[in-house]
Amino acid sequence: MKEITYSKAINEALLQSMEKDERVILLGEDIGVYGGIFQVTAGLLDRFGPERVMDMPISESGFVGAAVGAALTGMRPVVELMFIDFCTVCMDMIVNQMAKMHYMFGGRGRVPMVLRVPSGAGRGAAAQHSQSLHAFFAHIPGIYIACPSNAYDAKGLMMEAIRNDNPVVFAEHKLLYNEKVPVPSDPYTLPFGRAEIKREGKDITIVATQAMVMRSLNAAEIVEKDGIEVEIIDPRTIKPLDRETIFESVRKTGRLIVADEGHKTCGVAAEISAMIVEDEMFSLKAPVRRVCSPDTPVPYSPTLEKAYVPGTKDLIPAIKELMEYR
Amino acid sequence: MKIGKEKLIDFYWKMLKIRLFEERIADLYARGLVPGLAHLYIGQEAVAVGVCAALREDDYITSNHRGHGHVIAKGADVKPMMAELFGKKTGYCKGKGGSMHIADIDIGILGANGIAGGGLPIAVGAGLSCKLRGTDQVSVSFFGDGSSNNGTFHESLNLAAVQNLPVIFVCENNLYGISFSQKKHQKISDISIRATSYGIKGVTLDGNNVLEVYDAAYKAIRKARKKEGPTLLECKTYRWRGHHEGDPNQGTRYRSKEEIMKWKEKDPIAKFVDKLIGDNIISENELENMKVMIDNEIDQAVNFANESEFPADGELYENVYVMEGK
Repeated sequence: MKEITYSKAINEALLQSMEKDERVILLGEDIGVYGGIFQVTAGLLDRFGPERVMDMPISESGFVGAAVGAALTGMRPVVELMFIDFCTVCMDMIVNQMAKMHYMFGGRGRVPMVLRVPSGAGRGAAAQHSQSLHAFFAHIPGIYIACPSNAYDAKGLMMEAIRNDNPVVFAEHKLLYNEKVPVPSDPYTLPFGRAEIKREGKDITIVATQAMVMRSLNAAEIVEKDGIEVEIIDPRTIKPLDRETIFESVRKTGRLIVADEGHKTCGVAAEISAMIVEDEMFSLKAPVRRVCSPDTPVPYSPTLEKAYVPGTKDLIPAIKELMEYR
Repeated sequence: MKIGKEKLIDFYWKMLKIRLFEERIADLYARGLVPGLAHLYIGQEAVAVGVCAALREDDYITSNHRGHGHVIAKGADVKPMMAELFGKKTGYCKGKGGSMHIADIDIGILGANGIAGGGLPIAVGAGLSCKLRGTDQVSVSFFGDGSSNNGTFHESLNLAAVQNLPVIFVCENNLYGISFSQKKHQKISDISIRATSYGIKGVTLDGNNVLEVYDAAYKAIRKARKKEGPTLLECKTYRWRGHHEGDPNQGTRYRSKEEIMKWKEKDPIAKFVDKLIGDNIISENELENMKVMIDNEIDQAVNFANESEFPADGELYENVYVMEGK
């Protein structure tokens, strides 16, 4: 199996989905000749032409809304929002239109579309191009949210997102775009709502999303030298969420860290922590810890940004602290 | 343009049906027999009927919060409409949408919409889908003067123009966005001039003259079917009642009784009746018979709605997502 990057894997998923189903179309800013700001759609314009790979004017409400209308009438649009931060200018189309139509219309009409939202800090892009806002969407019924942490998952989840009859927010992480793992060249889908245990361990569970998976794997290797065995669970989709795999791991380890790059307050980590407190509290030997971005905007200066981005510097002390509880 | 007798009678039938439906709703609301919120269309009937009479069943419309007229004109059945307003499970949306979300995708109604300006991008997307599927269908968006200040109006006209989409933008300029008069909310009096900014044709019409609306809509639709791009039609009209049922004294907080009376003298239905009788198209007796028939149909719709059941509590959780395989 060939190793390819996360961005190439998404590109391959788009290409293979478009080959298989002519209803699949791409809309976004600079996704054609330019290949997308992160080169995820590179080559697709040449392969499928401007009718299916459409550069959009800078009008996110206009083209996200157009994707909703196209999806309602038989197409399967995949929209690239250049940065997840730009969702705020088209939130009505996402929250009040895309997410709710199927319900508001009593099951009449479907909105099978994918909204690709590159997210995450660490590239010196400051406060309006670095956020991890996927929790916004998790608050809204009617949307599925996929958050791939590696190239293999990215391809399979993207092919499933396009095939799925529901609207999907696909939260890619910018720091993962150049990371490689072996990926099958044939098309495949990964089911939503199925977590993967990225590393097995008996002492402590880390539920990690997107780039936090890679960072947790690094932390796990470091603390292994101290004899601590970390189990890492990647939910892969925030909605639907594979609660059972998380519960099972917590029953085994009795210790839980939730690692997510969104802000700490009211984020995905808060939700998963609350879920454990509600339904699995008596399996815990220690308090739950959240390793998230702080409740500040993303700063520009490299030193400040390094302090901002959650990583091993935050994970290792949290692991050690929880291991104090017996 | 020469219009056949049957079509003229259909114009009358549809306008009267909308009028009588709305009058019945006003009465039911006043007596507390319908829950929720309703925005009535009385006074504007010629716009919906003139435009929809030029459409085919497989063409699309998006409507707004004041949507009863649009959906009746597009062919919606008053029985499930009434049931929906009553919140019953036999309603168009199984009681989940209400007055502002009536949809019937099978006859091209992509939903009324509770967000001012929300329907425009969706209509653009439906137009995009017509173009990509290679059909000669068209898409119409109904919206008000207030929405012409929303970003979605500008984004949608521009996007439809640059993509050369078969979309007809129908602005019903009833001179008020709730209480905010057009004189105060924009510096222009003819909204149609905004089409110039997007390189498309804009036309201002007497929205109370069904023949004028039909003629202009027919031409714009024919142009769109020939893949010659979008048109903006501005129909000057007036809502007789308040913004919603319950707006005190039919909106006399922000407009004078004299102004309301002046517009009532321009009643689109009475004006058209004079023409039908004057041209010997139909007799007063026949007109009266039609009224009886429509009243009867609305009686049946009210009975149907009354006798229908409310949805079971468990239905709250249905249709949030498309359950695949069903």
